[in-house]
Amino acid sequence: MKILVFIQVDDNKINKMSLETLRCAQIISNEVSAVTFDESAANELTTYNLNEVIFAKNSSLSNYNPLYFANAFEKIIDSSFNAILFAHTYETRDWVPRLSARLDYPFISDCVDLKNDNGSLIATRQTYQGKLNNDFEIKSNVFCSIQSGSFKSDDLESGSCSLNTIDVAFDDVENTIRAEEKFKEQKGGVDLTAADLIVSVGRGIAKEENIPMAEELTALLNAEMGSSRPIVDYGWLPHDRQIGSSGQVVSPKLYFSLGVSGAIQHQVGMKGSDKIMAINKDENAPIFEISDYSVVGDLLEIVPKLIERIKEN
Amino acid sequence: MKICVLVKQVPDKNDEIKLDQNHKSVDKNNFNFVTNESDNYAVEEALLIKEKLGGEVTVCTYGSESSIQVVKDALSKGADRGIFIENDQNLDYDILNISKIFKSAFKDENFDLILSGLQSDDIGNGQLGVLIAEHLQMSHGSLVMETETSDNTKIKVKRELENGWFQWSELDLPASLTIQSGINKPRYASLRGIMMMKKKPIQTIKLSELETNAQSIDNLKAMYIPQKTKETVKVEGTPDEIAEKLHNILKNDLGLL
Repeated sequence: MKILVFIQVDDNKINKMSLETLRCAQIISNEVSAVTFDESAANELTTYNLNEVIFAKNSSLSNYNPLYFANAFEKIIDSSFNAILFAHTYETRDWVPRLSARLDYPFISDCVDLKNDNGSLIATRQTYQGKLNNDFEIKSNVFCSIQSGSFKSDDLESGSCSLNTIDVAFDDVENTIRAEEKFKEQKGGVDLTAADLIVSVGRGIAKEENIPMAEELTALLNAEMGSSRPIVDYGWLPHDRQIGSSGQVVSPKLYFSLGVSGAIQHQVGMKGSDKIMAINKDENAPIFEISDYSVVGDLLEIVPKLIERIKEN
Repeated sequence: MKICVLVKQVPDKNDEIKLDQNHKSVDKNNFNFVTNESDNYAVEEALLIKEKLGGEVTVCTYGSESSIQVVKDALSKGADRGIFIENDQNLDYDILNISKIFKSAFKDENFDLILSGLQSDDIGNGQLGVLIAEHLQMSHGSLVMETETSDNTKIKVKRELENGWFQWSELDLPASLTIQSGINKPRYASLRGIMMMKKKPIQTIKLSELETNAQSIDNLKAMYIPQKTKETVKVEGTPDEIAEKLHNILKNDLGLL
């Protein structure tokens, strides 16, 4: 089974999720190749146990552009690969569907598992906000992207392999997408990644008027306040409180979530926490899948009582 | 500006997911159907762009019979006309094949802009807007947080990247944008809007009549509820009892108080 893994490079460093994806490929096959658009990443990749590292070389590929990336990739792959893997990053989400339409390869996105079941390749992806798993048997050439944290990059097998440099020419790309420099908003915003304790609120908080209650608990626990995306979208808390794929990725000693359902995009940002305590009305909420302490109940009744108890002691 | 918004009907996030007997499909009988959350933001953004530059907003969905409701809801908010691609085949299609269905339905439309929510809350592929961009030779921007329009040749979009980074991109039209929730404040339909909706045209295209080479899904092995990987302590009782138990855990088990 031949597998090709695309390695994303951000700010001259190999993306960690790409290494997790590379580890996934090592587990399912012993014919794994890696491809990257960055020379130093390519050299670094030759220290892993792989068949080959492909360095697709062109100065237009040093900054991300979906049109150039798709065009280069189209030129260097062939149909001999059973599956071509990507880390499920925002960049992947932006350009791989284009490649999927162009080459007519299905793109099975955001897989939580990929396994070799006696020679057939099975991809697992979640639907309905993580409430359901779907297993697909891969029969044709496909692209798959792997969800963050599904495999451990620490387990990568080292070794050595050859480097194949391919010069890519671009005379046929009409650049209709022109990106400016990336930037961060709210300079000096809160850094939740250093917090030992986070109290996080989600939709279950129900009303903006209930936010102060969560803030009081946060203060009593000497914690930092976090939130899921909807709370920021509603404008109840600033963006620098948001945890998840589009916000901050945290790993505190305790993550205490109040009314957070725990959609995949949120879990990506907090599942590395030492302990997770969750209150939610919905017993089927995905947050309970990863909780150490789970409370099925109404946070609006429970939290005020908990605040009372802490104050009494 | 000729704008199209893609909307999808999905179950409410709180709906319980039950499997059919065959473990290859979901029991949809007890779903409370709503418009996909990020699609509501896409509809609003389309209406705002039209209000600024003029033109027409077409709202389009693909799905089973009940899905026409999400088209009606967007028309009530101010979209001008609807296209309903009805899946009358009783088969499921993967997202690549669904994108080919849209490609075929849109071949004579020449939209300047196609907007869609970045991801559906049910299947969650998060690919359709970009797939269509490639099929129809459009530029694209994904995870769009803000748009700036000045004329009918270009659009500027602020895109969300990971870890708190953002980026502005200039896109030549035609363009397909996938809209992130939170980009605006979606309006509600007014009573007048609901009355006016009834007079707006909805074109129904049946999948069986559409010329497309779409192939239905044939490689689904199984659907199942994910196994828990963690041991969980269930804290139960009255609110008072729960509060006491949580206090104990925080203080004694975790040493945090």
